[in-house]
This record gives sequence, structure tokens and C-alpha cells, in this order.
Amino acid sequence: MRKFKDNMLRGLLWGSAFVSVAVLVIIVGYIFYKGFSYISFDFIFGDYSPTGGGGIFPMIVTTLLTILISLAIATPIGILAAVYLHEYAKQGRLVRMIRFATESLTGIPSIIYGLFGAVFFVAILKLGMSIIAASLTLTIIVLPVIIRTTEEALKTVPATYREGSLALGTTKLQTLIKIILPSAMPGILSGIILSIGRIVGESAAIFLTAGTVAAMPTSIFSSARTLTVHSFLVTQEAGDIGLAAAVGIVLIVIILVLNLSATYISKKLNKADY
Amino acid sequence: MNIQDKNELEQQISKGNKRKYFLESLSSKVFLACALLSVISLLLIVGFVFYKGSNPFITGGYSFFDFLFGSDWVPSEDKFGIFPMIVASIYATIGALIIGVPIGLLTAIFLAEIAPKSVAKIVSPAIQLLAGIPSVLYGIFGLAIIVPFLQNNFGLARGQSLIAVILVLAIMMLPTIVTVAETAIRAVPKTYREGSLALGVSQIGTIFKVVVPAAKSGIMAAIVLGLGRALGETMAVILVAGNSLIIPTSLTDSVRPLTTNIALEMGYAAGTHQEMLFATGIVLFSFILILNFVLARITAKGAQ
Repeated sequence: MRKFKDNMLRGLLWGSAFVSVAVLVIIVGYIFYKGFSYISFDFIFGDYSPTGGGGIFPMIVTTLLTILISLAIATPIGILAAVYLHEYAKQGRLVRMIRFATESLTGIPSIIYGLFGAVFFVAILKLGMSIIAASLTLTIIVLPVIIRTTEEALKTVPATYREGSLALGTTKLQTLIKIILPSAMPGILSGIILSIGRIVGESAAIFLTAGTVAAMPTSIFSSARTLTVHSFLVTQEAGDIGLAAAVGIVLIVIILVLNLSATYISKKLNKADY
Repeated sequence: MNIQDKNELEQQISKGNKRKYFLESLSSKVFLACALLSVISLLLIVGFVFYKGSNPFITGGYSFFDFLFGSDWVPSEDKFGIFPMIVASIYATIGALIIGVPIGLLTAIFLAEIAPKSVAKIVSPAIQLLAGIPSVLYGIFGLAIIVPFLQNNFGLARGQSLIAVILVLAIMMLPTIVTVAETAIRAVPKTYREGSLALGVSQIGTIFKVVVPAAKSGIMAAIVLGLGRALGETMAVILVAGNSLIIPTSLTDSVRPLTTNIALEMGYAAGTHQEMLFATGIVLFSFILILNFVLARITAKGAQ
């Protein structure tokens, strides 16, 4: 009887795993199957034409711009915030409050960020529907990711490094810049890569703050669409699943490359001898 | 060294030190400011959404009760009731929970405990990768495969329906749940398993009676993350929901969850209409808070 029950449960485990893997394989397989014929040099590097056909280069540029701008703001702030939390702060009420805030920020759905960005950055700060408004919204979205991963990285730096450096008469700041941050760099880098993934995958917040203009952005104040928003819009407006799937392939490849480089960097981190 | 030189040297040192001390105190203040920025962002977002969203009820004379329980949403006629969307959001999340959580957890247990090493080595990273792909792609898949399937096999006029939303959300949350739960299960100390096996408990018995309970808090975290993702998902849902403003009575009804309402109308909404979208955001926000709170309580109880 017990053996029967065990076998049932074992079957259930195998079955569930099979279903999960099958569903996910089907999704990725379907996207590649549908979109592959669209992929070409012209598709990736060609300008978009609203009459159909044409490439996705403007969307790639827009995606890269949002990544660059939001990381340019979020990375220094996030790293310094983590440094404060881990190296400088006395663990107390203030630190608890800051931690609570960063954790809460990760739980907020992106549509709420979009709502906020659409009025605060777009309307009140008068940035208009633009790449810069979207990037600022994304900055708030990825800030907690960078703070958390940097903190984790700082935790792995052995206390002896700090003590050794301070014992040589350096100041706290010198120790931080010359010793602690370099040792924590691999961890910080994988945090940055994670954030890039988050930005690339984001849609709702960008949809409400950057708008939907399908053209090459002329400046960071132009409205434009990222790859994710583009694949959403061609599905919703034109019902062009093949084109959407082709953009999907580009997105999946980007995420794959990001993941691989994050794994590579963290492997390097583990190899480094502390 | 004469006395004058000595004084000069001391002066120089103290000058250098002054600069050093100044830099030290300045840098620690800059770091603090950066850390406080996340608090400020949170306050700004929450304050802003609540301020904007509560305005119609405080100064505009709209009834909050009618907003929550009214079933008509006709902005042009000044009618703002979001009850159908609340129901749709709750149904969709519960549905995704019923389908996605068991499959996800069992998959995580499989990968962490009984999968052959070679299988787990390939499948785990692949699922991790899928947790990172944009959720829009799940929506596109839903629209291209699930919606026509429902339309053709169940005789629906439109395949875009509550059940389509549930299926897409369940699939979308699978990778998140599997990845987080697997990590939690793997973190259970080996001695737990060895102790249980040594007492003559079977492998399966050990997994379900010892390992899984030990990993409870991590598993709960996985569920919260998955549900949070489902409740907050917007763009994938727009594609498969159908967006009808009715209270769903069956799985095949076309629905409009809270998130979708915001995304669809924010582009052109103004005045009270826009504030009502913020109010919709407040309701969504409250759901997320309740979700986190309830599951935190469950985990705390489990720990006792």
C-alpha cells in the first residue's frame, strides 16, 4: 500500500516535471518556428517601415538607450546605497527602514511604476512621452536589484581585507575604493546584468512612459518603442504573430547572452581565492 | 630639524588630515543620500498614487463604495465601477494559482530531489532562463496558440477569455516558482534526509514529510513571487483577456483585470478619469500588500 502511494507520488513528480518542460519547450520552439523566417540582416539592421516589412533597428536602438540611461543613473546610486547599508550604517532603525523600502519597491507591479512615471516624469516634470521618462522610471525599477546584489557582493568580501587595509593607515574611503569595491566587482557586475535583463523584459512601464512611436529616436526626448513594446504592439494592432515572434527571438537571444555572461562572471567569482 | 621646520611640517600634516576628514565625512553623507533615495522613491510612488487616486473620493464627491462595488465603467458618462475587474483579477490569480503552483512545486521537487543529475543540469538552467524572458512573449504565445485552440475546440465565439488568461499566467509563473522553490529545497541540509532515510522512511516519504516542510518558507516565497507576478502582469494579459467589462460568471467569459484597465486607458485618460485609474492602481496595490501580508503570516505560523 505504501509502496503504491510512493509510486503514485513519484509518477506525479515525473509527470509535473514533464509538463513544465514540455510547455516551456513548446513556447520557445513555437516562437523560433514562427519567427525564424523573418530573421535576416535587414530585419535586425533595417529601418522600420509602417507599411509592413522593414527592420527593427529603431527598437534595438531605443532598447539600448533605455538600458544605458537607466543604468548610468541606477548603478552609481545603487552601489553607493549598498555601500552605505553594508559598510557605513549602524544597523538600526534607519537601515531597517531603507531595507523595507527597497524590498517593497521590488514587489510593486510594473504597471504601477508606469502609472507613476506617466504622470510624474511625463506630465509634472514635463519630459513628455520619451525615452528619458521611461529610463527614469526604469531607474527606480532596477535600483533595488542593484542595491541587493551589491550588498550580497559586499558580504563576500572577507573582513580581513578591510582590517588589513585599515591597519596600513588608509582611510575608510581609500579602503573602499582600492580594496572593497574591486573585490566585490564580479558580484556587482552580475547584478548589473540582472538589471539589464529586467529592463529588456519590461513592457507595461515603458508602454506608459515612452509611448509607441515606431521610428528612430532623434534624441532622448523623443517618444519611441522598445523591442518588447514593439512585439506587443505588432501582435495587438496588426495581429502579425510571425513578426512578433521574430522580435521574440531577438529578445530571447539577448536574455540568453546576458544569462550566460552572468553565470560566467559568478563562476569567476567562485574561483577567486579568498 | 629646527623648531620652525617641525611646526611647518605639523601644519602640513594637519592640513592633509583636514582634507582627508572632510572627504570622509562628505562621502559617508553622499552614501547615505543614495540609500535614502530608495526610501524617497517609495514614498513618492506610494504617496503619489494614493494622493491622485483618492482625490475623486475626497474632493470630487464620488463614493468609494460605488467605485469598488459598482459594475459599470463608462468614463464618458462619469460612471466608475471596477467590481468586474476586481472579480476578474481575483479569479485569474486564483486560477493561475490552482494550475501553476502544484505543477511548479512538483517540478521543483523533482529537479532538486529525484531527477538524475544529468537531467537537472540541463533543465534547471533552462527554466531559470525562461524566468527571465519578457512576459509579453507568453502573451503572444497565448494569443497564437491557446486562444485559437479554445475557439476551435470549445465553440467559443472568442477565444479570448478568463481561462486563456489563467493558462497564460499559470505558464508564465511556472519558471519563477520552479527556480525559487528549487533553490529552497536544495538548501535543506543533507542530514535531514539522511536521518529520515536511516529511520527507514522511503525516499518519497522523506521528500514529502521532511524535506518539503523544512523548505516551507522558501516555497512560500516562491508562491508569493509567482502570484505577485500573475496579479501584476499587464501586457501579456491584454492580449488574451478580451477586455469585456462584465462580471465573469464562467471560465469562458471575456474579462478585463485591473492591470489591463490601467494600461488600456492611461494613454488618453484625463481629469477624473485619470484619477480613477490611479484609484484602480490603489486597489491593485492593496491586493499585492494583502498577498504579501497573508503569506508572511502563514510562513510565520509554519515556523512556530
